[in-house]
Amino acid sequence: MAILILAEHDDGGLKSETLNVVTAAGKIGGEIHVLVAGSACSAAARAACQIAGVVKVLLADATHYAGQGAENTAALMHSLASAYTHILAPASSHGKDVLPRLAALLDVAQISDIVAVASPDTFVRPIYAGNALATVQSADAIKLVTVRVSAFEAAEQGRSAAVEPTSIACGPDLGLSRRIGREMSQSTRPELGAAKVVIAGGRGLASAENFHNLLEPLADKLGAAIGASRAAIDAGFVANDCQIGQTGKIVAPQLFIAIGISGAIQHVAGMRESKVIVAINKDPDAPIFQVADFGLVGDLFKLVPELTAAL
Amino acid sequence: MKVLVTVKRVIDYNVRVRIKADGSGVDLGNVKMAMNPFDEIAVEEAVRLREAGIATEVVAVSCGVLACQDTLRTALALGADRAILIQTDVDLQPLAVAKLLQAVALKEVPQLVILGKQAIDDDANQTGQMLAALLAWPQATFASTLRVADGKLQATREIDGGQETLEVALPAVVTADLRLNEPRYATLPNIMKAKKKPLEVSTPAELGVDVTPRLTTLKVVEPLKRQAVVMVADVAELVAHIAHIPQVATLRNEPRGN
Ligand SMILES: Cc1cc2nc3c(=O)[nH]c(=O)nc-3n(C[C@H](O)[C@H](O)[C@H](O)COP(=O)(O)OP(=O)(O)OC[C@H]3O[C@@H](n4cnc5c(N)ncnc54)[C@H](O)[C@@H]3O)c2cc1C
Ligand SMILES: Nc1ncnc2c1ncn2[C@@H]1O[C@H](COP(=O)(O)O)[C@@H](O)[C@H]1O
Repeated sequence: MAILILAEHDDGGLKSETLNVVTAAGKIGGEIHVLVAGSACSAAARAACQIAGVVKVLLADATHYAGQGAENTAALMHSLASAYTHILAPASSHGKDVLPRLAALLDVAQISDIVAVASPDTFVRPIYAGNALATVQSADAIKLVTVRVSAFEAAEQGRSAAVEPTSIACGPDLGLSRRIGREMSQSTRPELGAAKVVIAGGRGLASAENFHNLLEPLADKLGAAIGASRAAIDAGFVANDCQIGQTGKIVAPQLFIAIGISGAIQHVAGMRESKVIVAINKDPDAPIFQVADFGLVGDLFKLVPELTAAL
Repeated sequence: MKVLVTVKRVIDYNVRVRIKADGSGVDLGNVKMAMNPFDEIAVEEAVRLREAGIATEVVAVSCGVLACQDTLRTALALGADRAILIQTDVDLQPLAVAKLLQAVALKEVPQLVILGKQAIDDDANQTGQMLAALLAWPQATFASTLRVADGKLQATREIDGGQETLEVALPAVVTADLRLNEPRYATLPNIMKAKKKPLEVSTPAELGVDVTPRLTTLKVVEPLKRQAVVMVADVAELVAHIAHIPQVATLRNEPRGN
């Protein structure tokens, strides 16, 4: 058995999601290879060589992989697939873009967002916004799986490079798609997916100004990432990529503080696996208190500054 | 240009799901069903393209049991011109749906297919990408804005950590994210009108598509329940409860000041 992992990277460096996927692959068992496809991405490939458990790093470096478009990436992986029993990617926006496309090229099913490996062909995944966990078995020759990063520990990194990246032949440029712009949020805070503490705000904050003025000092103190409910994002309090939930980011930090969030199932889907959940809400009947470990009923405009001061 | 838009019949997003006692799946008996919310957004976008004079016809497609006709009638009431039901009682997985949609696309020859990014029952987030692969078309997934001009499509996509804009040639597949638009409500007159719009029924066999499931569901269980909440009276009590968490503990051990 050999497992191919599609690396999450930005050419210059490897993203931490890759490490969690390596751990998931370790639970399946077999030789672990990592594919780094990008443009001028050898630094990312060298970083992948440092991950404990990785036997081989494949490097596909070409200008037509800049932006890592799904069409060219899936075509490349199609040509590599026959050597593998499993192909894994993080359930990131990139993994979710590429892996289903590859699955259709291979005429196999794809298993989305697994949270556990039951056996090499059987996986556990949440359905219905995490209100149910399904155990599914695949009969396909190649299993294509995206991995919920928050459900697996990160593999160790930093071993002295025992392997060197292997450059592989690049696939064709299908010329189907062109990236004409990209705007990444600038933030000095930890990434939502990897943060140990997440402060999340909802519609209760009432304005973008309040959202930042109240939550940032608290996040600064705790070295926390800032997240939000859909309502807060739709109201323009904070950028789209901060959304936590069924259709946003899935997080599972040590500490999650929900402030002015009602706790709709779509939101809870993204944070219910957090170790400790604190909720601050003025409505004692808010559903968020059904998933919280500690609940504080009251006006967030008074309580959040108090909490920030008390820490 | 013709636009195909897909609509899936799912449990209404407000309904709390119940798991069957035998662990075989989710109980759908007597449960309110509705159009997948992302598909409402897909329909809205297609209808807006027609209202803007860019699309000439909007065709809604649903795959599944006979009751998917209701979902299609909703799509017609929201402004789709006609509807196609691919009827089957087989439990359809994303690859099977993508193959059915491919067959429909080869017959209908649309320039654009808009799907939802994700069905809120299986949470798969696969069908659009699979359809694009089968048709060898470009894909713009998780789209939050669309612009169609001169045979090209520009889409802003929501990606981890930001957003990006793609330009793809038509024909293409798009999957709709939450912020692509705000869907309208169906008005009573439009619901009445929808009853007269054409709805064609076909089957997987007629389309020559094998829809046999590839994945077997062994069991479905509830997630672990969390411990009951401890309600605290004030901030001091809260801090006492979370003081052991490393990120809080470090703060508390550090000398105060500045
Ligand atoms: C298909 C679909 C997908 C979705 N995906 C997501 C998703 O991924 N993530 C997500 O978050 N949502 C998602 N939603 C939306 C979700 O259903 C809810 O609408 C949303 O989570 C509500 O956000 P909220 O809790 O901030 O707002 P509200 O529900 O309006 O809650 C605001 C809360 O703030 C409290 N409050 C107000 N003022 C104060 C105050 N001064 N002090 C203390 N408390 C106060 C109120 O008591 C209330 O509980 C989705 C919906 C659909 C249909
Ligand atoms: N049975 C179906 N009938 C029509 N459209 C579907 C069906 N299944 C999935 N889709 C479309 O594909 C999208 C993504 O679904 P999924 O890949 O299952 O998460 C949905 O939002 C629908 O637009």
